Amino acid sequence: MRIVTLCGMGFGTSLMLKMFLEEILKDLNVQAEIIPWDLGSFKGGGQVDIIVAPKDMESFLKETDASVVLLENLIDKEHITERIKPVLIEKGALSMD
Amino acid sequence: MSEKAKGPDNHPNLLDLLTELTVQARQSVSTWEEAADQVGKLLVDAGTVEQHYIDAMKQVFRDMGAYAVIAPGIVLLHARPEDGVIEPTFGMVTLATPVPFGHPDNDPVDIVLAFGAVDKQAHITALQQLAKLLMDPAAVERIRTASDDQELVSVIRSLNSGSEPTSGSLESL
Repeated sequence: MRIVTLCGMGFGTSLMLKMFLEEILKDLNVQAEIIPWDLGSFKGGGQVDIIVAPKDMESFLKETDASVVLLENLIDKEHITERIKPVLIEKGALSMD
Repeated sequence: MSEKAKGPDNHPNLLDLLTELTVQARQSVSTWEEAADQVGKLLVDAGTVEQHYIDAMKQVFRDMGAYAVIAPGIVLLHARPEDGVIEPTFGMVTLATPVPFGHPDNDPVDIVLAFGAVDKQAHITALQQLAKLLMDPAAVERIRTASDDQELVSVIRSLNSGSEPTSGSLESL
């Protein structure tokens, strides 16, 4: 499982998102490689299963084959957990219960 | 900055960066640009960024969209290392009256944060500590209600004292 956290420049938000996701996935017992990336150099494809991004980047992510998780709040662990769980289930990385 | 003020791998801790020099409580501004100017000036006066970094932060905010408003009432501004960062730096300004930054869900903003990075590494310890702080609604509330600069610094100090970077290592990036 490869997850990309995306932000404009790759210095702030994507690094914070990576940190939160690491904690969340550890709690859920899901193994994944989490890669912070900046929008400028991200081409949307390749070997990425899930992209986690701020909601207002939606328009940049129309072309990607990866599942996209969009967030309004980038520092609320519960909000992030709630959004990513269904996608992890869909990907078979997490069971329903 | 003294050697003892640095964390693992010589990365500065948030507490060494958010000090009397770079923290201001209950400021009055009327636009998001003025809020950015205010926090940017703290960093310029602290000698950690060049004057033009302020305009760069505002331009990045305009270019990249409002997602820098990372949570209700909280914005995290920054530009690129090459936009005039002298050393890793963080600043915080709280606003007496919140101002809109143009985010559909998280406006208006009353906690204005800014940072400068010299690369993708040196600010990471401080960024992790900041993220931990902001995750805690009670901590955010204490930051929001601190009535003057000194109290705000004390609050940050009490909230973040002894906090170590998490095991999830951004260090390996």
